[in-house]
Amino acid sequence: MAYFYQNPLLRWLMRNPIWGFVLIIFIFFSLSADHFFSERNLMNIVVQTSTIGLIALGMTLVMINGNIDLSVGATLALAAAFAVDVQSWAAFSTWGNWQILPAVCLALLVGILMGAINGFIVWKTGVDAFIVTLGAMLGIRGLVFVYTGEQSFYAMNFAYSDFSFMTIGPFPVLAVIFGIAVLAVHWLLSRTVHGRNTYAVGGNREAAVNAGIRVGPHMMINFMLIGFLAALSGVLLSTQMGAATPNLGRDYELWVITAVVLGGTKLTGGKGDIIGTLGGVLAIGILRNGMNLMQVPAFYVYVILGSILIAVLFLDKRFNRTADGGLRL
Amino acid sequence: MLLARLKAGGPAIAKQGILVAFIVFMITFSLMSDRFLSADNIMSVFRQSAIIGVMALGVTIVVIGGNLDLSVGSMLSFATVLVVDLHDKIGPELAIPVMVLATLCLGAINGFLIGILRLNSLIVTLGMLSAIQGLVLIYSGGQNVDIVDQTGTWFAIFGRGAMFGIATPIIIFLGLALVFHVIMTTMPFGRRVHAVGGNPTASIFSGIPRSRVVFMTYLISALCVAIAAIILGSRVMGSQNNVGLGYELQVLAAVILGGTSLLGGSGSILRTVLGVLMLAFIQNGLILMGQPYYTQWLVTWVVIIVAVWLDVAAKRGRLFSPIA
Repeated sequence: MAYFYQNPLLRWLMRNPIWGFVLIIFIFFSLSADHFFSERNLMNIVVQTSTIGLIALGMTLVMINGNIDLSVGATLALAAAFAVDVQSWAAFSTWGNWQILPAVCLALLVGILMGAINGFIVWKTGVDAFIVTLGAMLGIRGLVFVYTGEQSFYAMNFAYSDFSFMTIGPFPVLAVIFGIAVLAVHWLLSRTVHGRNTYAVGGNREAAVNAGIRVGPHMMINFMLIGFLAALSGVLLSTQMGAATPNLGRDYELWVITAVVLGGTKLTGGKGDIIGTLGGVLAIGILRNGMNLMQVPAFYVYVILGSILIAVLFLDKRFNRTADGGLRL
Repeated sequence: MLLARLKAGGPAIAKQGILVAFIVFMITFSLMSDRFLSADNIMSVFRQSAIIGVMALGVTIVVIGGNLDLSVGSMLSFATVLVVDLHDKIGPELAIPVMVLATLCLGAINGFLIGILRLNSLIVTLGMLSAIQGLVLIYSGGQNVDIVDQTGTWFAIFGRGAMFGIATPIIIFLGLALVFHVIMTTMPFGRRVHAVGGNPTASIFSGIPRSRVVFMTYLISALCVAIAAIILGSRVMGSQNNVGLGYELQVLAAVILGGTSLLGGSGSILRTVLGVLMLAFIQNGLILMGQPYYTQWLVTWVVIIVAVWLDVAAKRGRLFSPIA
């Protein structure tokens, strides 16, 4: 047993059990699903998961900070609607392919704005983030329906819908964007003052206040980041579909929270990292993709994911006794 | 100005913020639309709110006990699909008890995981939300279900019938609210739920069986979902397999609007009824004013945050949060 604990790889896996799970299902599907282990399919998994993956990065920040954001699915839909609609505004009709630029910028700004609203309300009113973003989830979704008039928008500019098929070297551009975002957020969380303060605020807010950390701005920045990432995810999703529907991103908050919790981030804040979240995101992506290839009806994925989520929670409670007690909303 | 008023006895008013807001909305809407206050309209609002309302009663008890229940939405899909599907197979007199039992089993799973194993309720019910939705889809094979003979079955009385000139859903909703209100305010069980939600540690030292109380709250919540499913199935005489999608959040919105604290320990059934009715009247009033359907969600956003904000502000005695 002593040897067991000295092996650095095994010790790393003990601390990040989700990667062990990713490894197991990866090997399982490679052996049992015909077309799973091919470069093309693996790239496909990364592209498919990049949508919830991007939001999960932001959710990790927000949850480490001790908050939660339920409004991401709605923000995603709003940004997608803006990105597709603004392109066809008359003001940009002579811009050629450049008309995409203001559309995407505006969409990302809208995402940041929605995050800022959430963050500002949480900061100034002291109302629990769960309630604030629950309200925002309904409200922003309402905004999407009012803005779109309950219609879908279609991208008229084919450069927009072709974007998602572009590759950089051997990698699809969406996978590259996701990779850059992972590295950037990981750097932000582990190498900057903001990242350290994010942990401090989530771990013990009183102590953070006493240490002179300005709690509010950090929370607001994290909400703006998740708003930005949700909007980015919405833009990328709409390039994949060449359209934006008002129901886009429904349930995404649930998938994202599932991924982040699978990755070991604590709802109470102060604990978690991007590596774990990446594992959680990949676990969901591989499961969905692999079961799809094995022709398991999509319905079973819901049951399995729900069970895994509860099982992870149970195991976490069994093995990490330190997490006992505080786990209440 | 608001700050000064809050300091000078404002808290009492702020605590009744939801009631004040309710009255303000009612007056505004009745001035804007002459049909708003007609008996017909009020009856129809009550009837529409019954399903969310019945579910909100159960969720209120769960939340007072210090937990959350996000699984009620897909549980409603489950129960409605089951009761409608079984109606034609084994008849309503058997379909209803079978469905109620099955739904109670789901509630028992929730209760076991959260009450006995003490897992985090938010994540457990999130997982159950996904798992139950999967179960519904597997059970129905992705198909929608409906009742073939819609006129010749007594099952119709729950959603479409009326007693003493009042629609049955309203009677069920308000009757259930009254029963739960009595249970929560006068019976030992109600006091135990409050104690467990307010201070779990103290409640254990006082000899309250915390696990059992939490378990019971989830059973009650499941029972409420089953009753809501009977009303829904009977009214529609059919069911989509994702009929309850998003209900959990509307239910939670109503509970929060009613002033029940998500931290547990405080809240009231009657105020949840007020929250449910307020959401329903906002929806109805905006539609009567000719606004697009989804405007109600925007208004709900603002109303929820302002209501909870005033509540929080009244408790801490100042309007803005002191954190820097």
